[in-house]
Amino acid sequence: MTDTIVARLAAAAKRYGPLTALDGVDLAVRRGELLALLGPNGAGKSTSIGLLLGLVRPDAGRAELFGFDPQRIEARRRIGVMLQSANLPPTLRVGELLRLTMSYYPDPRGYDETVALAGIADLLKRPYGKLSGGQQRRVQFALAMCGRPELLFLDEPTVGMDIEARQKLWAAIRALVAEGCAVVLTTHYLEEAEALAQRVVVLGQGRVLSEGSVDELRRRVALTRIRCASDLDAEAIAAWPAVVSATRENGHLRIATARAETVVRRLLDADPALSELEVQRAGLAEAFTELTRETAAEQEAA
Amino acid sequence: MDTVAVVAASPAATPAMPPRRVLGAYLAEARSECLRYLRAPGFMLPVTLFSTVFYLMFGVLPNHPGSDAARYMLASYTAFGVMGPGLFGFGVSLAIERDGGLLTLKRALPMPPGAYLIGKMVMAMVTATVVVILLLALGLGFGGVSLDPPHMLAMLAIGPFGVLPFCALGMFVGTLIKGQGAPVLLQLVYLPMAFLSGLWLPLSMLPKFLQQIAPAWPSYHLDQLALSAVGMRSGPLLPHVLALLAFAVVFLLLAARRLRRYG
Repeated sequence: MTDTIVARLAAAAKRYGPLTALDGVDLAVRRGELLALLGPNGAGKSTSIGLLLGLVRPDAGRAELFGFDPQRIEARRRIGVMLQSANLPPTLRVGELLRLTMSYYPDPRGYDETVALAGIADLLKRPYGKLSGGQQRRVQFALAMCGRPELLFLDEPTVGMDIEARQKLWAAIRALVAEGCAVVLTTHYLEEAEALAQRVVVLGQGRVLSEGSVDELRRRVALTRIRCASDLDAEAIAAWPAVVSATRENGHLRIATARAETVVRRLLDADPALSELEVQRAGLAEAFTELTRETAAEQEAA
Repeated sequence: MDTVAVVAASPAATPAMPPRRVLGAYLAEARSECLRYLRAPGFMLPVTLFSTVFYLMFGVLPNHPGSDAARYMLASYTAFGVMGPGLFGFGVSLAIERDGGLLTLKRALPMPPGAYLIGKMVMAMVTATVVVILLLALGLGFGGVSLDPPHMLAMLAIGPFGVLPFCALGMFVGTLIKGQGAPVLLQLVYLPMAFLSGLWLPLSMLPKFLQQIAPAWPSYHLDQLALSAVGMRSGPLLPHVLALLAFAVVFLLLAARRLRRYG
């Protein structure tokens, strides 16, 4: 695996009036990797993507696409784009939209191959405006990858898709990555990042909070989830040492803690009738919540 | 895998886009713009029916024996009809596409520079030609107007040329306002301007002051060209052609400046 960098932000900053959207972000996308960009709303994900696509200009720092200014068409001929909201012409048929987008690229993927990979064979003759939200997303994905891009930007690609469509799109994304295409993915679904990403960058308040593999990110948060059926009082447990939170949901206790062994021992002592015990490492979701919560707390303290 | 990595390491070695494919992209964009609007009755019907129905009601159906009313109105409704595709084709679609994210997507995609605007321009020129043909058919077929071939050709040329300043004006309005407010604003430009240029009532029937400021409106100059094309006016054409070109350039520059600044 070569470590060639295909896109980069260097100390990039962007302000909108009094609001600082990006505050000195360094970000590098390597050839062939899938990089997930996570963060709560307003963290700077869209601005980062906008800078890399040349839609927004940085106030300070630099944005580069294949070593070029992102506004250069030579650089953009090597990327594919799926934006969060793009109302494509409703009266054009899917096949016409695909052929139009293919015409922009020097060496596009074959028409039939794109159709098969995106799973839109059944939609080609239909006007775009008559498609459901999930079908429109599939078409937008086809348009994003029809140019045989070396770098693909996917901004919230699976919003509005059912589970089956989402699984299919994931498979297509994996196939593209296997071909050597790099992907920058923003998503609200952490399981999506968990399923696809080799590297995760978490943004918060316009800064990079964390960067690393999914495992590394998860390890940063030492929380463990405990779930069990018990009559013990959740509020009392929440006051135990090392317990971060304890709640009751549908007759089950849910406890988050950094020291699972100690808490489980005490639970079993306190309630011999306790059953259905489950202990699980925190997922990306917990890690993510923890990371962004820490930053928010720091900000308030500052 | 390795050869691909080498390409990325030297940014100069980007995959070349052959000129034929670049030209193909311009053509594909223009074709798509034409197709999508020809299929959109919400655009085509008002743009083509406005002028033709008015002409039918006021110019063709009332019998004006021995008068040149049908011929005179063929010119003024041609000017009126040609304004529409420019103002609405450009203005409304730009305003809506700026709002709906399509323009953003197009800017991110490797669409060749200007293909988006050239595509819309071609669409407006085609639609304007359709409007002129419809009006000619009404005038010649039912209004008792007769035109010799050179005058017919002049009329046909008015469509694609005359629409250009209104494309630029529509584009400028489209950069001022986003989304569904644009049609209203454009009507507020379209109808008063047509009236003030003498397209509904002859200028000689309007107050003197309005007659004096009429050359300030591009539609006035378009009407003068149309009157020449139907043989109801003699006099130099060049000043009016230049005036229309000047309007087109000024509004194009204003719109381009706003698009660059605000997107």
